[in-house]
Amino acid sequence: MTSIRIDGRDCPTRTGINLLQACLEAGASLPYFCWHPELGSVGACRQCAIRQFSGPDDTKGRIVMACMTPVSENTIISIDDPEARDFRASIIEWMMVNHPHDCPVCEEGGECHLQDMTVMTGHDTRRYRFTKRTHRNQDLGPFVKHEMNRCIACYRCVRFYRDYAGGDDLAVFASHDNVYFGRAEDGTLQNAFSGNLVEICPTGVFTDKPFSATYARKWDMRGAPSVCVHCAVGCNTIVNAREETLRRVLNRYHEDINRYLLCDRGRFGHGFVNAPTRIRTPLRAIDGQQAAIPMTDALQAFARMAAGGRIVGIASPRAALETCFSLHALVGPQHFCTGQTRHEQECVELAHALLTRHPGALPTIHEMESADAVLVLGEDVCATAPRLGLSLRQSARQASFHTADDARVPRWMDAAVRTLGAQCPSGLYVLTPAPTDLDDVAAQTRRAAPDDIARLGFAIAHEIDPAAPAVTDLAADDARLAARIAHALVAAGKPLVVSGMQYGSPALMQAAASIATALARATPAAGLSLVLPECNSMGLAMMGGLSLETVMEQARAGAISVLVIVENDLTRHLPPADVAELLAAVPDIVVIDHTATPLCRQASLVLPASAFSECSGTLVSQEGRAQRFFQAVFPPAPIQAGWRWVQALARSLDPSAPHMTGLTVWRDLDDVLSALAQAFPHLAPAVRAAPGADYRMNGQKLRSQTYRASGRTVIRSFVNVRDQPPPRSPDTPFSSSMEGAYGPDMPAALVSGYQASPWNSVQALNRFQHEIGGPMRGGECGIRLLSRVGHSDAKPAYATDIPRPHLVQADTVLVLPDTRLFGSEELSMFSPSVMARATAPALGLPAGMAATGRMVLHLDDGPHMLPVEPVPGLPEGIALCPAHMVARAFRFPRMARLERMPDEGGRS
Amino acid sequence: MLTAEAPLSTPVRAEILALAAQEPHPRGASVAALRLVQARLGWISTVHLREVADLLGMSVDDLDGIATYFNLLFRRPVGRHVVMLCDSVSCWIMGREPLCAHMCRTLGIRPGETTADNAITLLPTVCIGHCDHAPAMLVDGTLHGDVDTATLDRLIDTLRDTP
Amino acid sequence: MTPPTERPLTAMIDPAAGPPDCAAYERAGGWQATRRALGDLAPAEIIDMVTRSKLRGRGGAGFGTGQKWSFVPKEPAAERHKYLIANADEMEPGTFKDRLLLEGNPLQLIEGMILAAYGVQAGHGIIFLRGEYGLACSRLHHAIGEARQQGWLGENILGSGFGFDIHVHSSAGRYICGEETALLTALEGRRATPRSKPPFPQTGGLWGAPSVVNNVETLCNLPHIITNGPEWFAGLGLGEDGGTKIYGVSGRVAKPGAWELPIGTPLRQIIEEHAGGMRPGHQLRALLPGGASTAFLDATALDVAMDYGSVEKAGSRLGTGMAIILDDRTCPIGMIRNLEHFFAQESCGWCTPCRDGLPWVERLLDAIEDGSGQEEDMDQLARHARMLGAPGRTFCAHAPGAMAPLASGLKLFAADFAAHIQQRRCPHKSGA
Ligand SMILES: Cc1cc2nc3c(=O)[nH]c(=O)nc-3n(C[C@H](O)[C@H](O)[C@H](O)COP(=O)(O)O)c2cc1C
Ligand code: SF4
Ligand code: FES
Repeated sequence: MTSIRIDGRDCPTRTGINLLQACLEAGASLPYFCWHPELGSVGACRQCAIRQFSGPDDTKGRIVMACMTPVSENTIISIDDPEARDFRASIIEWMMVNHPHDCPVCEEGGECHLQDMTVMTGHDTRRYRFTKRTHRNQDLGPFVKHEMNRCIACYRCVRFYRDYAGGDDLAVFASHDNVYFGRAEDGTLQNAFSGNLVEICPTGVFTDKPFSATYARKWDMRGAPSVCVHCAVGCNTIVNAREETLRRVLNRYHEDINRYLLCDRGRFGHGFVNAPTRIRTPLRAIDGQQAAIPMTDALQAFARMAAGGRIVGIASPRAALETCFSLHALVGPQHFCTGQTRHEQECVELAHALLTRHPGALPTIHEMESADAVLVLGEDVCATAPRLGLSLRQSARQASFHTADDARVPRWMDAAVRTLGAQCPSGLYVLTPAPTDLDDVAAQTRRAAPDDIARLGFAIAHEIDPAAPAVTDLAADDARLAARIAHALVAAGKPLVVSGMQYGSPALMQAAASIATALARATPAAGLSLVLPECNSMGLAMMGGLSLETVMEQARAGAISVLVIVENDLTRHLPPADVAELLAAVPDIVVIDHTATPLCRQASLVLPASAFSECSGTLVSQEGRAQRFFQAVFPPAPIQAGWRWVQALARSLDPSAPHMTGLTVWRDLDDVLSALAQAFPHLAPAVRAAPGADYRMNGQKLRSQTYRASGRTVIRSFVNVRDQPPPRSPDTPFSSSMEGAYGPDMPAALVSGYQASPWNSVQALNRFQHEIGGPMRGGECGIRLLSRVGHSDAKPAYATDIPRPHLVQADTVLVLPDTRLFGSEELSMFSPSVMARATAPALGLPAGMAATGRMVLHLDDGPHMLPVEPVPGLPEGIALCPAHMVARAFRFPRMARLERMPDEGGRS
Repeated sequence: MLTAEAPLSTPVRAEILALAAQEPHPRGASVAALRLVQARLGWISTVHLREVADLLGMSVDDLDGIATYFNLLFRRPVGRHVVMLCDSVSCWIMGREPLCAHMCRTLGIRPGETTADNAITLLPTVCIGHCDHAPAMLVDGTLHGDVDTATLDRLIDTLRDTP
Repeated sequence: MTPPTERPLTAMIDPAAGPPDCAAYERAGGWQATRRALGDLAPAEIIDMVTRSKLRGRGGAGFGTGQKWSFVPKEPAAERHKYLIANADEMEPGTFKDRLLLEGNPLQLIEGMILAAYGVQAGHGIIFLRGEYGLACSRLHHAIGEARQQGWLGENILGSGFGFDIHVHSSAGRYICGEETALLTALEGRRATPRSKPPFPQTGGLWGAPSVVNNVETLCNLPHIITNGPEWFAGLGLGEDGGTKIYGVSGRVAKPGAWELPIGTPLRQIIEEHAGGMRPGHQLRALLPGGASTAFLDATALDVAMDYGSVEKAGSRLGTGMAIILDDRTCPIGMIRNLEHFFAQESCGWCTPCRDGLPWVERLLDAIEDGSGQEEDMDQLARHARMLGAPGRTFCAHAPGAMAPLASGLKLFAADFAAHIQQRRCPHKSGA
């Protein structure tokens, strides 16, 4: 801690940051553009000019850029200095020379950093009397709109896209006042994080294209804190709604997880909520046709179905804890299935067990960025946990930070650190079957079959700790590689091993855990991270239940009369034959879901559940963090939360059934959570993931609209012009309207949007943070159920079942899931913009094996004719098939037969 | 034959790879490689830009960002001969404006354009370090000083006649 | 041994005969310095000699060369990758001295580079040559080839254990590449935007390695300093600074050209004696003493000594030492407009004031020169000169350089500006 003097006021601050940060943290409104907390300083825009004095006796001082000047002991500066002010106003004026002044039609309007800064500097009169230059805009694909004339050339977009996210198809062209930020030619931005340009760009050059179709001003939308449902990382989001429809998803800062950035799947996947596939009324199958029926009829129908016999409940790793738990309460533990196959369930449970037992650290996504040696073992994290992949990309820069430290260059001096680090080695090792988006920053990559990667992993563990079992008959260069990686990991201060269940391989996860365990003996900071498939995989694993196979057995035995399936498309877990058998063996299938999945179409009764934006609930991320998402949209009845449907079912049954009494009297989410805490004590802390519905700030609920929101009658005018009371939300501490409390100090879990006059853009976040890039003023958000720092006293035994080497077979290939950023994840594929980004399925083959044309792959559900694509480096005997896209249930490796197309046999 | 659309010849590709191999990172050779292509074809077509990007392991966007940054790299076709007339201060004082106007009239083009017969492209250039012989110009890379309308006319005639 | 010449840089240059080859170069005294340095002198002694010689960088900023080198980490060349880079990007309008040296005697530059490299223990040399200098390029390639063949370049030069070689990088035309950090960025195959300091090139330069960037003329002095001693070199200058300087004059003088003279030679002597005075019918109105990015001096300043300190005291900068003369029949506004067009076009586009301020200045000057200027335009010009002119406002020295002729011109030519605006035309244009 130290203190600096700003315009005569002494402000406590910290060393190691720059003066811009220090000013902002001190509450000053110092304008800036090119600086970004995650991207550091480059001093390009010159907007943050202040006057710095060399000491108390210096009356002249000199103009410096705050973002380029480190805080030092006894710094004396002036923001108010007339010359500095004048210069800052000039900077805006220069930027405005070519800016189109199209705020009324610009989608950034009202949340535009440039608008804020313009007002802040007081620039209000145009003195440039010549013509503006104009640029041509580009079509950048389904996610991002481009309007280059609004550009002020702060260079943030390319710094983020290229330097930070590793993209290479966005660049700066030309020079002087003609600089152009775009692509060489029109075309879809390829980087997985392109959507962040929308928030990174301080003006309206890059805007959210899907949002544009249903655009509303920031001040006219309701906001709610939310959690991404498109993978298990648990990125925090803000959802915005108007006229009871979800309009967009924005990043919500979480210090430990996503911080300032989301992946495109997370940002644009929400389209499923408003898609035509949305279910809005109960549906009853009558004579093979599904027809809409009223809610009361639906519940009566269920009561009739259930009258006869046993109800079995199938939950889902993509459903909230509360929904899963309500089903558990309805059917009882003996009839509660997790909705996963035995194999899937074993994998998640193993992951949970390995993480729980890990003697080292369980680093957060943010902590991963500072890992100085990282081993990715058999998981394409860029596809399965994209935001995690972005953090690993940053970890590759650790050596350059150390070089900068040695040269006494602050780490936030971005360009300087990159210059110094030009030749610094990366500490990232990527061992995967197929190429990944991290390969370009890896010290080394190795392509091998999952079993061979697991073997390498065990060999690395043995290298580190001879007590770990040795791998016999390892090829010489594999042994050398294992030794090299082991050496790098041992030498690191914060090593990290990342694996996951993409390839459904317990051996891979065991091997990863063995390495991390071996490292933890000498390095307590040794981290382990395991990627899980769904947003609540971990929560469900902690609840436990039957596997789908067990349900199948019971069904075959005729022991089930009704299956209640919540938010689960079984066709993604079971091969078609099994689904068919299950459907045939169970008289009535009730599906509660928000989206018309293939399973829904075969159900006897379908009940419309609310999507994540329309209800509140809790998800447990792969690192064991329970997080609450909140309702932004109040859907028309009968759409309601999954757990309310289950409760309604329970109420339609004989209410005297003893185990159901609790369930039927729940009033709100807090009731569900307290029942959950009693039933599952290890999940009890999840109650505290966010304040309950009774939370009040200054005696008030929290508002979820801005003070500026347009009139209430107008908001519902699409229904009725009569004044309506704003909808009530019993599950949350939010008022659904502009009434209520709001402010930078409110609990972090309840921040529904950032606005702190005069900051109207997302940059207002700096007002909500205790330290920029550090904790929120409103405290922790979410709660970790697995302890952060492992149990160093625990001495887990090493796994000993080392797989045999992968054998190339003459007549079959090992088909591996090609998990895709767009295409493999279930819900986002109902989102039109994401669908548009999913490329057609193809069969990936080793470059040597790939003939042109198409081939036939024989999977469980029959032959699939697929175009063939060579995959560089893919090992012999392996084929890549997109997960879920070819055969819905195909998600784990299997051996399969591959044939040349009969009619294309002659071609080569 | 080498054209703007046909792929680069094997020797040119080999030369580019050799340039790249001399650098700590292949991108260090980007300007040299683009100059090489331009030396052969007069300009850098998108086809060739792509090819060079490939050889250097860069994205075409990245490389085009460089190609469009530098004054001497041409991303549009030029005529058989390129006349670069200095437009900096000493030449301006010594009368480059009337010379330029004369040349434009004679050729029927404006600065930055190519004659209809594709013989000559006229470009302005910044100071070429021949200020003691201003006005100065570069014709296909060769320096000419103390230029006047008479020398210009002679030069234009010769250029029109040489392939 | 012949006594050392007073025109060491140009003694061997004979435009008619072309550059000397290795043998001729040696006969005329070349390679002695390299023999001496690699045979008898420690790298630290070279740096010390150069410091004592009072050699200041001839690239424009005038930083002490020995002092600049002293910041380079001291490891031997064999132990650490370091670069010695010759800045041959000469693009400052009105400047043509480096071309003279490059075309006239490339071996002198090569030897200078060997000495500098030995001093800072850099194993890798690069000549950053502007793309338009075709003749210089071929002569450099030829000379490097010859030097390499004769063992002056390569591994283990003269059996000293020191190895050094030179690569020529032909740039593709951008003034900002001459700025030393932008030059490094350009060499890395990126858009040549300047870099922030720290790290200084001496510690973290090209590809992150320690690098020294010196102007061609600076480097060409080194063989003479080592051969004849620093005191001799320091004594060549007439005032504070050491050595000779290549001065030049362009514009409407009788004999435009460049001459090697003792540093500190009075401006009047350069213009009147060497350039032969003004052309008949022309009067000297004002001049830029050292290239486009220096401030105007008027005829009253002709007695200034052309060394770093004196020119600064007179209100301008020595810059490249290449004067551009404004005569009484040329419109000063037109000249400034021409200069600002250059600077606006050559802005790299990185920082706001330069990128968007210079074009504004250019438009204002266009308007004034074309007769559509307004009174307020003068305030705008003055504001730009003030805002962009002071150091630290823009990212690099390009914009302050651009403002030097403007700010001084606004004062010096106030009446001309007013006449343009009042008469709504340029009084110098024919038809006046
Ligand atoms: C915009 C700008 C352009 C420059 N152009 C050149 C140049 O063309 N040649 C040169 O030697 N120095 C140029 N310089 C100066 C260099 O940055 C640097 O100071 C010089 O190369 C150092 O060499 P010296 O110490 O030998 O003078 C330029 C500086 C600026 C700010
Ligand atoms: S002043 Fe700024 S825009 Fe101008 S050349 Fe320097 S860095 Fe580039
Ligand atoms: S924010 Fe400081 S220069 Fe851009």
